[in-house]
Amino acid sequence: MSLRRFVQRARWDEERLRELDAHIDHLTDLNVARGMNRDEARRQAYLRLGNPTRIREDLYQMNTLTLLDSLWRDLRYAVRTLARTPVFTAIAILVMALGIGANSSLFTVVRSVLLKPLPFPESERLVSLYGRSIKGETIYNVVASGDFRSWQKQTHGFESMAIWSNQRFNLSGKGNQMPEVVNAIASSWELLPTLGVQPALGRGFTPEDDRVQAAPAALLTWSLYERRFGGDPSILGRTILLDAKSYTVVGVLPKWLAYPDVRTQLWVPYYHVVSPENAESHGNHTSSVVARLRRDIAPQAAIQEVNALQERIHQQFLTIPVSNGADMRPLLEDLSVDFKKPLYVLLAAVGCVLLIACLNVASLLVARTASRRREVAIRAALGGTRWRLLREHVVESLVICGAGGALGLVLGSWATAWLQSERKDLPQINAIKVDVPVILFVLAITAFTGVIAGLLPALSATSDKIMDALKDTSRSMGASRSRTALRKSLLAIEVALTVMLLVGAGLLLKGYLHLRGADLGCETDNLLTMRYALPKSGYADQDRLTAFHESLLGQVRQIPGVEAASLVSVVPGGGYWGDNMFEIPEHPPLAQGDHVFALFRSIDPSYFQTMRIPLKKGRFFRNDERSTHTRVVIINEVMANQHFPGEDPLGKHLRFLEDSEPNGQKDYEIVGVVGNTRHRLGADLKAMMFFPVYADAQGDNRSVALVVRARHNVESLALPIQKLMTRIDPNLPVSDVLTMRQIIGQSTTGASFNAILVLAFAVLSLLLASVGLYGVLSYLVAQRSGEIGIRVALGAGRQQVLGLVLRDGLQPAALGLAAGLAGSLAGARLLQSMLYGVSPFDSAVFSGVVLLLAVVSFLASAAPAWRASRLDPLKALRME
Amino acid sequence: MAQGRKPDNREMVQGTLDMLILRTLVGGRAHGHTIAQLIEQSSDDVLQVEQGSLYPALHRLEDRGWVASSWGTSENNRTARFYELTKAGRGQLTREADRWRAMADAIGRVLGDFGTRGRRKPKESEG
Repeated sequence: MSLRRFVQRARWDEERLRELDAHIDHLTDLNVARGMNRDEARRQAYLRLGNPTRIREDLYQMNTLTLLDSLWRDLRYAVRTLARTPVFTAIAILVMALGIGANSSLFTVVRSVLLKPLPFPESERLVSLYGRSIKGETIYNVVASGDFRSWQKQTHGFESMAIWSNQRFNLSGKGNQMPEVVNAIASSWELLPTLGVQPALGRGFTPEDDRVQAAPAALLTWSLYERRFGGDPSILGRTILLDAKSYTVVGVLPKWLAYPDVRTQLWVPYYHVVSPENAESHGNHTSSVVARLRRDIAPQAAIQEVNALQERIHQQFLTIPVSNGADMRPLLEDLSVDFKKPLYVLLAAVGCVLLIACLNVASLLVARTASRRREVAIRAALGGTRWRLLREHVVESLVICGAGGALGLVLGSWATAWLQSERKDLPQINAIKVDVPVILFVLAITAFTGVIAGLLPALSATSDKIMDALKDTSRSMGASRSRTALRKSLLAIEVALTVMLLVGAGLLLKGYLHLRGADLGCETDNLLTMRYALPKSGYADQDRLTAFHESLLGQVRQIPGVEAASLVSVVPGGGYWGDNMFEIPEHPPLAQGDHVFALFRSIDPSYFQTMRIPLKKGRFFRNDERSTHTRVVIINEVMANQHFPGEDPLGKHLRFLEDSEPNGQKDYEIVGVVGNTRHRLGADLKAMMFFPVYADAQGDNRSVALVVRARHNVESLALPIQKLMTRIDPNLPVSDVLTMRQIIGQSTTGASFNAILVLAFAVLSLLLASVGLYGVLSYLVAQRSGEIGIRVALGAGRQQVLGLVLRDGLQPAALGLAAGLAGSLAGARLLQSMLYGVSPFDSAVFSGVVLLLAVVSFLASAAPAWRASRLDPLKALRME
Repeated sequence: MAQGRKPDNREMVQGTLDMLILRTLVGGRAHGHTIAQLIEQSSDDVLQVEQGSLYPALHRLEDRGWVASSWGTSENNRTARFYELTKAGRGQLTREADRWRAMADAIGRVLGDFGTRGRRKPKESEG
């Protein structure tokens, strides 16, 4: 039978009616012609034809798809049943919508970030290569350019290999455009071909561009091209000023390309901007390497060759820090490695929420089924097959879940949009969209939850022996044990899942609070920071740098409200930036191949006072310590304790390799020891050394952060200071204008995001579980009101009744709590890497959860129990 | 449906109604009533079309694409639904007719002259 005719059979039937009427009319005409009177003629016609309705019914049946027909009937029946209890239905649909929405949204993100192949041709052959470092301490360490050149020349497992490193440039404005700081990468010419990407406009870099002496070339990303150059293709071949140096725009990258991340605005040739000695260096680990595996070579063999080569290089250069091996991982994994665990944790959390929602709907349906037990039994006795009755249940829960799924898809797309705006740091975040697999996923979980939520109650309902149910008049008191058991175990599972979510949320939240409250080592209130970088053209030597820095500081300090102002190359919490290898000439030399490192910072003399970092020993820098021959250094306590245990570091020296010196070395006298500052929130304290920003010493004196302390309302100083800088040098852009609080906020984004989301899910499931507990207990009390009435009539005290019902509720809660705690203990270790300063078995969190759950489940059971204890036995018995 | 009813030798042999309808339509398009009438007339009223099963049969035939139908006006100016043979219907009729003849022949051979001889015996005393 055709589906079309099945759907249109009402219209079709009407046509048959007309046809049969015509037939009767014909017969009647014929009979009249034979001489009958009209009534008799019509009567005879009907006798001849038979019952037209019967014929129509036969025809109608011929057009019916039986299964569809009965499903359609079930569907209408389910909708009618659900419409009779609108509140129940609305709650159930909303619960499912929340569960399904959260899942669909998170699945969308997980798919885009972790699962979907990168948008490059044959992206599965793209890999990232890393150095494996020194004494096995660091794996996946950034690569030294010299190593890359050897790999490129001497290995055979890769079609091509490219290197890139992060850069920042001052991009000068044209006309009335403001100058700005842009994030860029220096990429070797092979990067675009290795990725398999064609520029949208113009060309990529050529080997000729990728040399020191070449004419400077630049590639714009699409976003910079549109934002800064109005999307005007005539920019091709024209020049832009980067750090006051002319670069010719040779091409524009495609709009969809966000490599290595969305913040990158511009590409320049690697070997043009990296100094020749850095390009040859095996000890200067600054760059990332991307390679395309050859089709005919096993990845394992390819990396083994690189690894072996790197070991040989390491043996060659024992005096400098050279990686002693190499590692490789797929590019997709490389980009998403930091997000994998948190996203999967969130996905697990929303999965739990969905399961709880599903169990909740199931237990609500169980309760309803129980009240329809006799109806079902009667229908079974009248010949309703088990399959038919089962189907009805499943259809009913499918209607709930289907509506929930539809609503959930809407909620989910909102949530996805929110995630997209909230987490711009996720790779491939721009590519996130609701596509066919996502819709299939939603359909699948909708169907799954629908079937689960429908089958559980249906099985319990139809497994009843019909006769028992029919005999079971309302006079027989007490619900049957098996059905109560099912409901209780559903509750216990709900509680167990809730406990696990609560524990997870508690741990993440505590970790986040720890991180947030972590001591950076300085006072962070009312501290404003902003970065600027002085280009080589215009600020060729240290004198000019010093002049600018000093004049800026002098004028900033004049601004009303400014309490103190200083310079530092990297503020506390601002990141790693760079370390340097050193020796201590007063100590015996280290074993060959052993190296020690410390992070380096450049500061002005008043920096420690401005930041309120305590002096532990010695002195701060003096204002006159600025000539090239001033060789002084201040170290932090960690460095003092690590490298000068049991001795006074003051007066000792740090020795650095320095090509410009006659003997290739340079010694710095330690003049002070200061309190520790953390380079990154949540990171371990590291050895750190400080050099004067006014002396042409170790460290970076060009790119610095201005830190300004005010008594209050430090944000209001941002604008006057920026105006001041524009006055001193109109071409100098300022970037990263942030208060210290904002910097802390930025570095806790991930942790707060995870903690808050998981907490929200945990609260939601706690709510669901307590509603479930309350609902089921209320229902039980209603069912047992007769029994309770008799108990009270026979002399049971209110306390006893109260206890009876409370026990009913608390028993599954306790069971669930125990199971949940066991599950949490087993699962918490998985969270370890996401927790800062909190043990995954934190006793405060665990006992807090136990307490919370005990209180909530007591409250949820207390209300129905109290109602039961107030039951008037006369009324209860009369109700039957 | 037919249970409990007495077998009637004028009732249609199962499945032949479809073939007869197709055969009737070879002469041109016709509406339900005419089809029934034509079958009855051309069988000298031996076959009586149970009119109740006529329409389901027409419906079945149309469903298989052997007949097509449309509304039209009958000879006595009444609207009626007319059926006509399609090309596929003609092919089907040929096959059915062949099958039927083969079947009838075969059955005839099996029966031989069993009934005829027995009944005629008293007349043909010399055989």
